[in-house]
This record gives sequence, structure tokens and C-alpha cells, in this order.
Amino acid sequence: MSDNFGEVFHSHIWEEKAEPDNPFTAAACYCRGYDVYGDLLSKATYIEYLYLLFKGERPTQEVAAALQLLAIALANPGPRDPSVHAAMAAGVGGSPAASVLMAALASGAGSYGGGREVLLAMQAWIDCGTNLENWQRYLSSPQAPSRPLFWPQTEHAPGFDPHGVTCSTIVTQTLQQLCRILPDGQLNWLAKEQPALEKAAGIPLAMTGVVAAAFTNLDFSPAEAEMLTLLWRLPGAAAHALEQWQRGFRQFPFFSLDLENDPGVTGLKEKT
Amino acid sequence: MSGPDILKTFEGPMRTKVGACFPGERTVFRGYDLHAEFKHAEWIDLYIFSITGRRLTPIQLKVLQGIWVYTSYPDPRLWNNRVAAMAGSARGTGAQGLGAAIATSEAAIYGRQPEITVADFLIRALKRTEAGESLEQVIRQELGIHKRLLGYGRPVATLDVDERIPVTLDLMQHEGVEIGPHLKLAFEVERVLSEVAGRPLPMTYSAMVVSIPMDMGFSPLECYLYMQPCFIAGMIPCYLEALERPEGATFVMRCDRLEYDGPAHRSWD
Repeated sequence: MSDNFGEVFHSHIWEEKAEPDNPFTAAACYCRGYDVYGDLLSKATYIEYLYLLFKGERPTQEVAAALQLLAIALANPGPRDPSVHAAMAAGVGGSPAASVLMAALASGAGSYGGGREVLLAMQAWIDCGTNLENWQRYLSSPQAPSRPLFWPQTEHAPGFDPHGVTCSTIVTQTLQQLCRILPDGQLNWLAKEQPALEKAAGIPLAMTGVVAAAFTNLDFSPAEAEMLTLLWRLPGAAAHALEQWQRGFRQFPFFSLDLENDPGVTGLKEKT
Repeated sequence: MSGPDILKTFEGPMRTKVGACFPGERTVFRGYDLHAEFKHAEWIDLYIFSITGRRLTPIQLKVLQGIWVYTSYPDPRLWNNRVAAMAGSARGTGAQGLGAAIATSEAAIYGRQPEITVADFLIRALKRTEAGESLEQVIRQELGIHKRLLGYGRPVATLDVDERIPVTLDLMQHEGVEIGPHLKLAFEVERVLSEVAGRPLPMTYSAMVVSIPMDMGFSPLECYLYMQPCFIAGMIPCYLEALERPEGATFVMRCDRLEYDGPAHRSWD
């Protein structure tokens, strides 16, 4: 290629100091200025370290507590969720661990309950803020994003449950617990205006809606929240995939099909 | 019908028209017996049928396959190929490297995103110009909504003619596949866009690889799916050569090749 590209990585997140005897081995790694293995390792919690990686600073106690709660809420959507189902389908056949998690990511990435739904719901928060009229206008005719176009069309208002009747107990419990930790901001507004928003959407609030409000409340960008949602949904997928491999494929549903255009065995004989 | 009522109607045996296997007996593929109907078929014939439900002519398939051939670049520096190479360097599996590299190929600056975006634009632009609007007006309006017209101006070698375009035109001529309305418009957009932008923005291969199948009746989604395997042949050598090198020895980086520009050292206490 004729273009002049550099041959170094540029980062304001990570710095390494090499061992004196080996330029390829790190003797010290600094994350945002903190010595990871010489200082932070025994002092920071996992959530604090994650926050440092993404946001560049240590979280307050409230922020860390809210993130900890979110990580638990997202960790296992359960075997019926498409991402966990996909991971189990990979695991039950004995696919490698990375393939299992790739399956979970692919099926947990979209606009129905996945990372993209959280991203889209957060974009709505950016557009509508805490203005009920803006939300009502948006929810009455949500605009499909014009780009990128390879994502399938969204089929419901992001953050709401297209198959729900009323807001589920677990979504309500998660919202209530988050509001206790973060009493001000988007979460609280969501809890207050939930009936009006659900009326405008015609469907109840979903877990993705609570997660989007929480990440907005915590000053995460939609792209950062999408990443963390994908990441934090993996533990359940991994555990269930390992469980199904141990139980064996004969215990795993194979489902029956109703093939609507079966040419039948006769068709084969005629054609051959 | 709303809420759980929709889901209730989908309980029980799953209705499908795409197919099913009957182990020990036969497999149905979109309403046809796979082993009878496609006994002598090329793989690309079945692949295109899987997407469109249509059988294309052999010369059309040859052009579509040619596009895959001409864009298979075994250069491990290319971002998607590098994913396959890194999987090899770390001694990951071929499926993991290739799967991740294919997913990587739906990038914003190359691959699937520019392709589907320019496909969508060309369909709209063709409809409007056929209805009498000027192409310049259509382009100006598009640039008013989006800053860039994807499919024009390559991220590397921006001003050069994409080397895959002339060879594809040669293949089309050789096979007797005529330039259709979408491809003709794609070239016309290149000319008008350069005038509007005041600088050359040559058409990239993205515009060509969707124009040709759209002239064969593909939708943008069908173009997107048709292009999924297009880079694989270039990725595999990158993975294999990384396996041949010592582990970790592909694109070797010393610690000091990380240029840090973040906060100064500080203590957690």
C-alpha cells in the first residue's frame, strides 16, 4: 500500500515498561496511569477496574454499586434467551469455548433483547432526554436508524417488550434496586414516568430499557453500553453451555418441524 | 394480535419452507430434494439459490464468483485478514479465526457496510433519476443527510482506480454479461460526485459488487448475504502462515511500540 501508516499502537489507556532482559515482555503495565500489577491488583474491585478501563477514572461508591448490580442483572438471561440458547446449541455439540461465546455474542447482539437494543434505547435517551412529550412523540412513531443498514429493521420501540402484557416483576425489581442506589437522574425519571411511557409505546418496559436508562444515568455512551451489555451477558451463556455438554445432546430439545413444501420421497424418485 | 398471543401461535412444530433433513433418507432444500436437484451443481449455484430462491445462469454465476476471486487478498495487514492471522498467531482454531474475520468484514470503512449502503443509495437514485430528477440533485440531497457517499473514495489509495474494477469489466465482457442500469448509474455517480465534491472520489469495488447482482435482480440484503464469503480465500493463507511462524511471532510488537498518551503515573491509594 502506498499510504503512510505508522507501526505503533497509540493509547491513552495502556502503557507498558519492558523487562530489562526482554523487550517483548512487560515488567509493568499501567492502566490510565495506575500500576496494574504493582499497585491496583490487590486494591481495586473488578467493577472499579472495568470502570477505569472505560471511563479513565475510578468510580464513586454509588456508581460502582450500580454497575455491580447491572452486571448481576445481565449475567444470565436464562436458557430461553436466544443468546444462551445459541451458546447451549454450540456447547451441547462439543464446540470449543470460544465458539460457544461467539454463538452467544451473535445471538445476543441484535435489536430484540440484545446489545443493539440497549444502544438504540440510549440514542433515544440522547434525543428525548427527560422530556415526556419528546418520548411520547418518539414512541408513537419510532424512526428506524438510517445507518448502518445491515442490521435488520427494528420491530418495536427499543427498551420495551414487544411480547409483554405488563412490566415483568424482574424488570420492576431491577429498576427499583437501581433507583435506590442512584436516586436522581434518568432511572428515577423512568420509574416516575413508566406508566405514561408504556402507554405511549403500547408495550411494557423491558430489561433493555432499564439497562439503557442506567448506563445513561452513569454517563456511559451508547457504544460503551453496547459493549458492556454484550460482555456482561456472557457468564450465563458459558455456564449453561457447559451444563448442556455435560448432560448430553439427547437431553437437549431438537424440536419438530412442519415442512410446508416437502416434495416427498416420491419426488426424489421421479427426479432421479 | 399482540403480546404473548403472537408467541402462542408459534408454539409447537415450527412451520418452515427453507428445508429439513431426514437422516438416512434425504434432505429438502427450499422445496427441492438437495441430492437430486443439485447433484451436479456448483457450490455458488446452491449458495445463490439459498439466498434468492432462484437459479442463475452459468455465466451470471461465473461473474459473481469472479468478484469473490478478485477481492481475495491474502494481505495480513488488512484489518479483517489480521483477525485471522492473530488467531493463527495465538494458536486459535481456523473456524474461530475465519468466523471472527468474516464478522469483522462488516466494517464501516470497507466491506459490508459501504456495500449495503451504496446498494440502498443506488436503488433509490435509480428510481428517482428514472422519474426525471437530476442525478446531481439526488447526490446533493444525499450528501446533505450523510457527510459521505459510501462506495466512493477508498480508505487506502483514495485517488487510484480500484484495480478490481477493470478486471471485473473484462470478465463481464468475456462472459457476455451486459452492464445493467445499476452499474451504469454507479459509474455516472462517480462522474457527478467528483464534480459536486470538487475532487476526484473514484468508485470503489463496493459500488461495483452490489451493482452487478442488483442488475441480476438482487435486493441490498441479498447482495449483503452474497458477499459474505468473498474474503475467505484471502484470509486462509494469513491464518496458515501465522501457524507456520513461531507462536506469537506474527506482527511482533515490542513493549515500547505502544505509544502512551494518557495520564501520568499515579497511586491507587
